[in-house]
Amino acid sequence: MPTKTAIVGVGQTGYRFKRTDVTIQELAQDAAAKALEHAHMEMADIDAFVIGVAPDALIGIDNVDRWIGQALGVAHRPQLRVNTGGTTGAAAAQAGYVHVASGMFRTVMVLAADKVSETPDAQWVLNTAMDPIYERSLALNAINMCSFQAVRQMSQYGVTERQLAAVAVRSRRNAAANPYAHLRDPITIDDVMSSRYVCWPLKLLDCCPRSSGACAVIMAAEPQAASSPNRPAWIQGMGATSNTIYMGDKMGPGRDTDHADWDELAIAAASAYERAGITDPLSQIDLAEIYAPFTCTEIAAVEALGFCAKGTGGAMGEQGMFDMGGPMPVNPSGGVLSANPISATALARVAEAALQVMGEAGEHQVPGVRRAVATGIGGTLQFHTCMILGDDA
Amino acid sequence: MSETATTSGPLIHPGEWHIHYDYAVGDTAARFFTELRDNMKVYARRCPSCGRAFVPPRAYCERCFVKTTDWVEVGPEGVVEAFTIVYEPFDGLPVPPYAVAYVTLDGASTALANFVTGVDLSDPEVASEALALGSRVAVAFAGKREGMITDFHFELLGHNK
Ligand SMILES: [Zn+2]
Repeated sequence: MPTKTAIVGVGQTGYRFKRTDVTIQELAQDAAAKALEHAHMEMADIDAFVIGVAPDALIGIDNVDRWIGQALGVAHRPQLRVNTGGTTGAAAAQAGYVHVASGMFRTVMVLAADKVSETPDAQWVLNTAMDPIYERSLALNAINMCSFQAVRQMSQYGVTERQLAAVAVRSRRNAAANPYAHLRDPITIDDVMSSRYVCWPLKLLDCCPRSSGACAVIMAAEPQAASSPNRPAWIQGMGATSNTIYMGDKMGPGRDTDHADWDELAIAAASAYERAGITDPLSQIDLAEIYAPFTCTEIAAVEALGFCAKGTGGAMGEQGMFDMGGPMPVNPSGGVLSANPISATALARVAEAALQVMGEAGEHQVPGVRRAVATGIGGTLQFHTCMILGDDA
Repeated sequence: MSETATTSGPLIHPGEWHIHYDYAVGDTAARFFTELRDNMKVYARRCPSCGRAFVPPRAYCERCFVKTTDWVEVGPEGVVEAFTIVYEPFDGLPVPPYAVAYVTLDGASTALANFVTGVDLSDPEVASEALALGSRVAVAFAGKREGMITDFHFELLGHNK
């Protein structure tokens, strides 16, 4: 049996385009200090560290986890870097959870930081993550790989560009209540529809920004967690899957999953749900923090999480199913469309889900939360994580 | 979130990475690229266990984890499985607009990516309709071939949903 584990502290710097007042290790220090303060702990109370850093070239410092670790004063304690592309922060949380749940450590700090805005070449960097032999020279990047998903959703399920736009509008509406979000100005369907095409069918306002910021989460084993002054957000279930890097393998007649869908996330969710005892996600989960850097990715995710049938996520969203106050609020924080500090983005989903369970999400708190789900994705939509947080162990 | 200002604004140090690599493509990909370059043919590698014909070819079937064995010629025509039209310029990437599609070549089990030509991309609505999923394309080879994936591209044949 895994040791019962909870999140007992959360620290976010807030996410902005640029942070010229701090280095990346200073950003990390600020998030760590806030998490410790929130948990009523000191750095000496932390037994081990998991640091999420996405591809190095996004910030132009090789293995910046070495800088971040020393900046946190990790001396004489274990430190581990995790990198699974966009999933990095959630995979770091997964690793942190396993550290504690294994019984090896009582307390772990999971931390991720990024300053993606310091290069204008993020899509070029992400192009270098493609197969250098077969695919890199075809100009593939993070945006067009999601365009391939969107175009398949439109063709197979009749998803419309207006349905995509509705996701962006809701995200911004929610972000207006979250002081940590990067983009908080409300937008309309017309704003999205009239924004320029970046990679058809995705327009500028279907896409996430590039952000700077850091997020830290402190996990603790029972009984430390139970005696926390905060209401602990217990990790009730965790699931993760990986799949091929070749998107074309998820399209031809030989496919066993479809690039339109997130069957991989459904597998991760099934594993997490089983561990958490969830059989009816719509009634047993109160909100979702979904890693959706593009509008189309959220539509695939709400289906994979079992909130609605495959092919209906776009229409359900347009009808308000995922609004604040609706049957399943999605991304009360404003989500990735409102802030994307790449290494930290998926950890922010975990942090926000934990804050909701703790009852400390602030202006964007969903009332009466007992259970929340947080997801991460990364690679060429190849890595998927799903974590369930709840108010009892 | 205060920005510390010096008299002339924040102090910024520029940085740049220039790193050269020489990627050995390995025997499996070398055969694929040699056929493209010398014979203008596209070959897939078949898994003896599940029968999938992989393009681009892999040394192992990544589903069964057994070595792939036979080479099978695929194409030269195929069907569009997904596409995008890039309108935004990205540093280090081609000048827009350009279209990229995943195409299942006839006889292949997986879709292969490449640029698509023969479509006027100036109007997104018209161009996206022309490239709709299910459209037929043919492999078209470059005059000067170098044993690279860009030795060919896809040319639109017409809609055949
Ligand atoms: Zn096989």
